[in-house]
Amino acid sequence: MIAEFLDLAFISGLMGATMRMATPIIFAALGEILTERAGVLNLGIEGIMLMGAMTGFVFTYSSGSIWFGVFAAACVGMLLGFLMALLSVNLGLSQHVSGLGITLFATGLAMFIYRLHFGSPTVPPIIQPFKQVALPVLSKIPVIGPGLFTQYTLTYIAWLLVPALSILLYKTTIGLKIRTVGENPVVADTVGVNVALTRTLCLVAGGALMGIGGAFLTLAHQNMFLIDVIGGRGWVAIAMVIFGNWNPLKATIGALIFGFLDGLQLRLQSIGVVLSFHLFLMIPYLLTIIALIGVSRRAAVPAGLLKPYRREEKGG
Amino acid sequence: MGKNDQPVVSMSGITKRFLDVTANRDVSFQLHSGEICALLGENGAGKTTLMNILFGYYACDAGEIFIKGEKVNLSAPKDAISRGVGMIHQHFALVASQTVLENIVVGTASRKGIFLDLASARQALVRLQERFGLQIDPDARVWTLSVGEQQKVEILKALYRDVDILIMDEPTAVLAPAETSDLFNTLRSLVQEGRSVVFISHKLNEVMDISDRIVVLRAGEVVAERKTSETSARELANLMVGRELLESIEKTERAPGDPVLNIKKLNVLNDKKLAAIADLNLTVRQNEILGMAGISGNGQTELSEVLFGMRSPSQGVIEINERSLKLGNPAASIQSQMGRIPEDRIGTGLLMDLSVEENFILENHASAAFQAYGLMKSQKIHNFSDRLIKAYNIKTAGRDAITKSLSGGNLQKVMLARALAGEPSLIVASQPTRGLDVGAMEYIHQRLVEERQRGAGILLISDDLDEIFALSDRIVVLYEGKIMGEAPGATASREQIGLWMSGVMA
Amino acid sequence: MIRFRIIKRKPLPGWAKIVIPIAAILATLILAAIPILLAGGHLWKSYYYLFHGALGTRYNLLETFVKASPLLLTGLAVAFAFRAKFWNIGAEGQLLAGALAATVLGVNMGSIPPVLVLPVVIVGGFFAGGLWASIPALLKTKLKVDDVVSTLLLNYVMIHIMGALLFGPLQQPGSSWPRSSAIVEAACYPILMPRSRFHLGIIISFVAMLIIWFINKKTTFGYQAKAVGTNIRAAHFGGINTTSVILWTALISGGLAGLAGVGELCALQYRLIMDISPGYGYSGIVIAMLGNLHPVGVLFSSLFFSVIIVGAQTMSRMTGVPTYIAEVIQGMALMVMLIFLLFTEYKIKVQRK
Repeated sequence: MIAEFLDLAFISGLMGATMRMATPIIFAALGEILTERAGVLNLGIEGIMLMGAMTGFVFTYSSGSIWFGVFAAACVGMLLGFLMALLSVNLGLSQHVSGLGITLFATGLAMFIYRLHFGSPTVPPIIQPFKQVALPVLSKIPVIGPGLFTQYTLTYIAWLLVPALSILLYKTTIGLKIRTVGENPVVADTVGVNVALTRTLCLVAGGALMGIGGAFLTLAHQNMFLIDVIGGRGWVAIAMVIFGNWNPLKATIGALIFGFLDGLQLRLQSIGVVLSFHLFLMIPYLLTIIALIGVSRRAAVPAGLLKPYRREEKGG
Repeated sequence: MGKNDQPVVSMSGITKRFLDVTANRDVSFQLHSGEICALLGENGAGKTTLMNILFGYYACDAGEIFIKGEKVNLSAPKDAISRGVGMIHQHFALVASQTVLENIVVGTASRKGIFLDLASARQALVRLQERFGLQIDPDARVWTLSVGEQQKVEILKALYRDVDILIMDEPTAVLAPAETSDLFNTLRSLVQEGRSVVFISHKLNEVMDISDRIVVLRAGEVVAERKTSETSARELANLMVGRELLESIEKTERAPGDPVLNIKKLNVLNDKKLAAIADLNLTVRQNEILGMAGISGNGQTELSEVLFGMRSPSQGVIEINERSLKLGNPAASIQSQMGRIPEDRIGTGLLMDLSVEENFILENHASAAFQAYGLMKSQKIHNFSDRLIKAYNIKTAGRDAITKSLSGGNLQKVMLARALAGEPSLIVASQPTRGLDVGAMEYIHQRLVEERQRGAGILLISDDLDEIFALSDRIVVLYEGKIMGEAPGATASREQIGLWMSGVMA
Repeated sequence: MIRFRIIKRKPLPGWAKIVIPIAAILATLILAAIPILLAGGHLWKSYYYLFHGALGTRYNLLETFVKASPLLLTGLAVAFAFRAKFWNIGAEGQLLAGALAATVLGVNMGSIPPVLVLPVVIVGGFFAGGLWASIPALLKTKLKVDDVVSTLLLNYVMIHIMGALLFGPLQQPGSSWPRSSAIVEAACYPILMPRSRFHLGIIISFVAMLIIWFINKKTTFGYQAKAVGTNIRAAHFGGINTTSVILWTALISGGLAGLAGVGELCALQYRLIMDISPGYGYSGIVIAMLGNLHPVGVLFSSLFFSVIIVGAQTMSRMTGVPTYIAEVIQGMALMVMLIFLLFTEYKIKVQRK
């Protein structure tokens, strides 16, 4: 068995699986970072991902164009992000409760629409999923090349989004506004930044990322839509945001660790290691909780998180 | 100082209501270029509200605003900022986790389009610093700065936006005397350049010192306008309050008795793990009010938190009635017969979303008087609440009224009633009248003196020197966590106390 | 241009507390017309079958109570926790923990006197749920781990623990399905009405509602939990041991969810299966919010939800609208209720400029 672990094909396959399994978490975590940096905890993430997964699948199935499916998933994510903004920003409702409400609503809606579209077939409908693309030169690097650089296009996009979001947050005037809104909305308001608009746009953009993250699961990782396709990955993404201290790069590292465990579990199953696969499925969640224990004491939570902002609140 | 006839700001007929309260009623206000105009009034007179309207932070219900001759409709602060109006609030609008430079440039245009251009912003900032002598490290994180330094950041932030109408809300409340005179120099250099300043304050001496013109507000209305050179502190006081201020509080001579509070070699760290209180020794006796003066942020908050059991000291012993107090345990402080009045009424002292009654029993709900076998004795609790509401003349719809519906003065009465209900032998009152109007303030002072007559020992922590002088039998000054000096209340001089407060041993 | 501002309003009179939830439910039913029409359902027929399916016959009415029982318990669990601002999103996992413990006890308790079996199973299920909930409470109070995230993640941990056990030690001998052996007869909830599934658990959940109401209203613990939920710093200042209050709250909250699991197992399934809960723990969140965290409110909102869930079956059969309409309505109900509650404290002011 030891020999099998050291097998090159196994290592290469594991690296590839790590990247694949991390991709939806990276998308979702980046979306969540954007919203939380603006001061909104979006617990709608799990539902938005499910709606993204369903929409992406249905549109791909109907149109035959997989990119159209991705686009539709992003649009649905934006719509739900906007709904979250209406509730938690414009109306100033509790972020916890509005987010959970969105997740419950979106979960019901995803299943409802899927059922409406396909009825209850005995064999679930499938689509032609994304194909992996080997990057020239890079994929020829021995040992790591084939695994790391033969991926789905969406995975490469996720990689590009990590530095892009870092630059947006730390190097642009927009990023400084977003961070200020998230840290202290009063400050942002008094320097002329529109708090509600900033938060709304971040929720909409973040929703798009979450929707695409969900769509990855039905358009690349699998080729069908199952009701438990997200399986708590939205919550894991939120945990990774905390783990990564609201920093895109660090959260991505967390997502890769999760992807590694998820991938390891899949690989071990495939080479027939006898161990209850449920215990293996549990490990990533358990380790995520343990990781949270490690970071929670030094967490640099955006100070304005969870606080609805109404300008005349104090005047009453 | 060159003054034009055309005012830079002209507000007329301004009315602003919050629910039941009319904060401003038909107020008119003018500001001329090159002047420092003081807006004087007691707490709750509507000064800050009026300026928040000029800053576009609040929308007024009626009235017109002209800035530089142009009628304006301000729906957000950005509308005011773009017309050169800047406001520095009492609670600074700074992001603690960001750098000075980031705080200053946020919301301004960058020469590199959407990318931050911190290099040229830094140059512009350094030029401003040199011009006005406001030295601050641009890369320091704001939370590492003192309050005085943070205020300088706020002024730089306004200047960076090319503000020529600067509103400052109670800017000296948090400053030491030396810092105050620095601030005044800065303000004078600003108006010499033709800018204008609105200086909101309720401190008569400062207003007389810094302003060219004074507008007095009372209960939301303008009651008078004077040239500073043509008025006196005494006249202003009458205008501000609408009646003669009580000169002093009647206090009979009482010999201090046994010590009720004994603090020995107390060392406390603040949230940043820096020393807040260092080797402090202090005794409070029966029949005595010990006034602890000092600028905010010199360890007063941490000291009161330790006494209340909300913070564990790193070292030291506290004895109450000659028994050692279990530290870092609020329940132990309550059981030690301490009447506790924390400075942060809303965040620490009260349950704003619960009823008045539920606040009365907060400290004693688990005592045998109010519960048996975990069941609450409702009737006894109702009687207790009704008795307190009556005894303290608390204006509320009843014991079941939600606490946040009460006014500031009545909130403090709720806390006072709770703290004094058990006839405590020691009372620790931290900033007990901060933000209250004169009527409520007098009431609280009266009650504290009555408690002294009853035999209680009182530690009065306050940054209001008038209050310290009015009440204290003995005064100590806290500076950087240490006692700078001690003087008897009857004979202490303001000059001496003021020097100690700014850390000068003399 | 016209601008809208949300500003505070004066407190509404007491009757608003009753009128607003009813108005919210009506508004939800009106909004539900959109997905029904999209699904091609005939509107009036759909509503007719929805209510007829839930309330129209004796059996259906009693089925509605059967459905309400776990919803009431998880709703109470969430409401009790939220009242102390312990964000327990983990009622689903706690429910499974309760069902799991009841299975272990219920399968292996042939040897003790039959009258004792059921009490042991119930208490065991309560504590299993409670202890599972106390893990995130400990993580929150001792290590500052965010309770929303930890309770959510622990749901998945519990699902996989259950999966591992059902494919392992708890699997029914000889079965290839992930299911346990049946519990002994003494561990089954008695049926209280003939020709129905109206069982003891319904009474238990109603009594639980009364007990929670009593704790909230009459005990010092209820007062302390409310204080902690309102302002934890002020509660600490007032000498309340906030850590202990949160731990006890978690224990009781998780215990209530655990009881829901016991009920599903001992009254309906009689053996543990992976699908023992169709998400009752998550519905509990909506029910708690819809009931404004008040036990009586939770009772009514759980009844409303069970009407929707039971009625949706009939409606789906008769009109072809997918049963998932029930979940869509649940989500809508929560959002409508939140918005309605908001306008008890605030109003919209229209400004023309």
